[in-house]
Amino acid sequence: MNHLDHLESQSVYILREAYNRFERLGMLWSLGKDSNVMLWLARKAFLGRVPFPVVHLDTGKEFPETYAFRERYVQEWGLDLIGDACPPIELVDASLPPASRFAARKSLGLKQALARYRFDGIIAGIRRDEQATRAKERVFSPRGEDGAWDFKDQPPEFWDQYNVDFPPGTHVRIHPLLHWTEVDIWRYIAREEIPVVPLYFARNGKRFRSLGEEGITFPIDSEADTIDAIIAELENTRTAERAGRAMDHEAEDAFERLRTAGYM
Amino acid sequence: MSQSGSERRQPPLPIVIVGHVDHGKSTLVGRLLHDTGSLPEGKVEELKAQSDRRGTTFEWSFVMDAFQVERDQGITLDTTRIWFKTAARDYVIIDAPGHKQFLKNMVTGAANADAAILVIDAAEGLSEQTRRHAYLLHLLGIAEVVVVINKMDLVSYDHGRFDAVAEDARHYLKRIGIVPSVILPVSAREGDNLSNRSRTMPWWTGPVLVEALDAVQARPAADDRPLRLPIQDVYREDEKRVFVGRIETGRLRVGDIIEFSPGGRRAGVASIEGWNTPTMLSAGAGQSVAFTLDDDVFAERGQVASHPEHLPREARQLQVRLFWLDRAPLKEGDRLDLRLATASHPVTVEAVRSVIDVESLERREAETVQVNEVAEILLRSPTPIWFDRAADSLATGRAVLARDYRLVGGCIVTGEQSVAATRANITPVAQSVTREEVAAANGHLGGVLWLTGLSGAGKSTLAMGLRRRLFERGRQVFVIDGDNLRHGLNSDLGFTPEDRAENIRRAAEVARLFADAGAVAIVALISPTRADRDHARRIVGDGFQEIFVRASLEACEGRDPKGLYAKARAGKIPESTGVSAPYEEPDTPALTVDTEAYGRDKAVDVLFEFVERRFALGRAAGRTVR
Repeated sequence: MNHLDHLESQSVYILREAYNRFERLGMLWSLGKDSNVMLWLARKAFLGRVPFPVVHLDTGKEFPETYAFRERYVQEWGLDLIGDACPPIELVDASLPPASRFAARKSLGLKQALARYRFDGIIAGIRRDEQATRAKERVFSPRGEDGAWDFKDQPPEFWDQYNVDFPPGTHVRIHPLLHWTEVDIWRYIAREEIPVVPLYFARNGKRFRSLGEEGITFPIDSEADTIDAIIAELENTRTAERAGRAMDHEAEDAFERLRTAGYM
Repeated sequence: MSQSGSERRQPPLPIVIVGHVDHGKSTLVGRLLHDTGSLPEGKVEELKAQSDRRGTTFEWSFVMDAFQVERDQGITLDTTRIWFKTAARDYVIIDAPGHKQFLKNMVTGAANADAAILVIDAAEGLSEQTRRHAYLLHLLGIAEVVVVINKMDLVSYDHGRFDAVAEDARHYLKRIGIVPSVILPVSAREGDNLSNRSRTMPWWTGPVLVEALDAVQARPAADDRPLRLPIQDVYREDEKRVFVGRIETGRLRVGDIIEFSPGGRRAGVASIEGWNTPTMLSAGAGQSVAFTLDDDVFAERGQVASHPEHLPREARQLQVRLFWLDRAPLKEGDRLDLRLATASHPVTVEAVRSVIDVESLERREAETVQVNEVAEILLRSPTPIWFDRAADSLATGRAVLARDYRLVGGCIVTGEQSVAATRANITPVAQSVTREEVAAANGHLGGVLWLTGLSGAGKSTLAMGLRRRLFERGRQVFVIDGDNLRHGLNSDLGFTPEDRAENIRRAAEVARLFADAGAVAIVALISPTRADRDHARRIVGDGFQEIFVRASLEACEGRDPKGLYAKARAGKIPESTGVSAPYEEPDTPALTVDTEAYGRDKAVDVLFEFVERRFALGRAAGRTVR
């Protein structure tokens, strides 16, 4: 087994654990590269189908290419899509900086989905290497009724024995990509030929390295117009992946505040 | 898409750095990153300039501190995973030092490491924390250990001092079963013997740290060991059942005969399934697989597939060595959940044998185990546990303990009281009349109709009505009622979860005897959990039919034939199913009878038709799969 085989096997194991242990499972599908890899791994785990709904927290502000991608692959992959609109920005904590406020709409959208569909397990495609506060995550991470995350007092997790029993009212975030890195993701996309939104590939010297909403996500300077070129670029970069995400940089603690309040 | 070169790249070797908090772990990592060229350009110059401005002396641990500050600001790297590379391979340092650690976090990180660097201060020697960390490495099964005697600059690079500390370390590690690959002298601060050979210690001719790390073997693939494939789940794909799980050790090949433990049922492997992957005829350790069988045997999560010639052990009492992570101490009589591979067992702490003093390695008698202590304890389970001894196979010889929704400890299995020993003198006697002969004489097959549902749903009423109808048709039939059993066979049982499970187990065993005798045994038992009903299904085997007698909680409460709901609402019955304890509806019952939609007679009709069809001669009793 090579490195990608190991990563895949571990993710498949996690997804099967989640499917076995939770009654009402949903998978967040942001339409980005990571969540496409995650969907792909679910099809690996469940032999071609995705046996739970995929949830797109729709702010109505995605790029047109992103929506086109969604329409196409919902059909092609036979997905059970939940694409409810997130609550309006007026309902968001006004003390957050502007781009974070934007992102916080997704937290509200998630809360809305949790209440509406009574999910007890939510699968999310975050990775340890992409953002500092995400590095401390567990694979199975319990949340309170309000979705809050107590990262200072997390249960231990080892030997692939995940915390699966929780008091009523909690839901669990499951992170099958936690151990992947950005370049692993691209190598796997290349190996498996997984489709991604074309915005990741350079046009006119710019490409999106991390994909969020229009207006709060910005492209980087890049000539990488193929997957191999992207992999080569990543092997040499010293810039952080989410540098183009405004919400990460507005205030020192903005992202941490978002996450403790339930953001992915 | 062509395969890029990175496809063939080996995974980074995960290492953990442990040792006493002041023995220089941060300095070692900072300097190691620098000496291997793994730091961003200009980082050290920037930190040195910063120190100059503040009038302080630059320290290599500032590198880690800087990461920490950046992490706190959410800017760049986190300190929980740091990558570096040598000419030979990539490394990832898990849970890198630099912040205060709780043991539970150290365990969470270190459990994923393949190798460890144990850092010891040359001047201070081994401390209590050094030994505790080393002991945990042993329990976590990290055999590859490089010992670094650090701060040699503080002891004037003295060869004699190094030998003394090294001997001390070697002696301690040997007693806990660790043979370090190398014990070497370094000065992390001066960069001696990390990546560059020291000029100040010409007497040292062994490898420098980077050479020692590069010589560490990645954990060998466990393909050549006996097969252990714990069943994670069973999926139904069209007409076939697909078993899934991860191979912990050994290889699985199409055509192999495998045996499921506990239980002992065997079948051949018909196929290994996959999606968007080439056809597989075999799979090895570490792979998550899906497979089908050539025979319709029942197996479920928690069992393990092995080759019959290399079966795992089975026992109800396990001797384990545990590390305890919960603030609330562990004591005799405590009830915990033991999770070994995919199996989960409710266990009781039969005895705390001893607590191990990690300094002297002496065992002292104790009644409780405090947080962060290591102890030998005896666990007892009402049902058989499959396992290996940790010394034989670590992956299937260790387990975690959970309590109140949290993992509270981990343990390795050191011994057992075997089921085989207690059963050694029992040999089942073959019956002189076959099942087929009995079925032919009766005109129908024997089997078990397992009626589950809330109290008041109508199970006993339907069971008695059905028995009458079947009896009048000349069928061999008997009702096993949960409440009636509690007056006799099960009069020694109470209402704890363990006793309820035992109640169900006995009912299933009795029902099986009736079924073997050729009768249709109707069991009327709330049996609220899927796990218990699955257990019953496993005991009965072929001919088990799960019938869901459905009625809403409101309807049941309205009927309340035994006055249970009134008592439960008044708080007189703790853990009353439907009121304060959950009832898990069957996923795929063989039949659902809704007693709100049907009257009693209609419901009995439906059941009667079902039995006549399902237990008719000439068809194998069908069995449902979850």
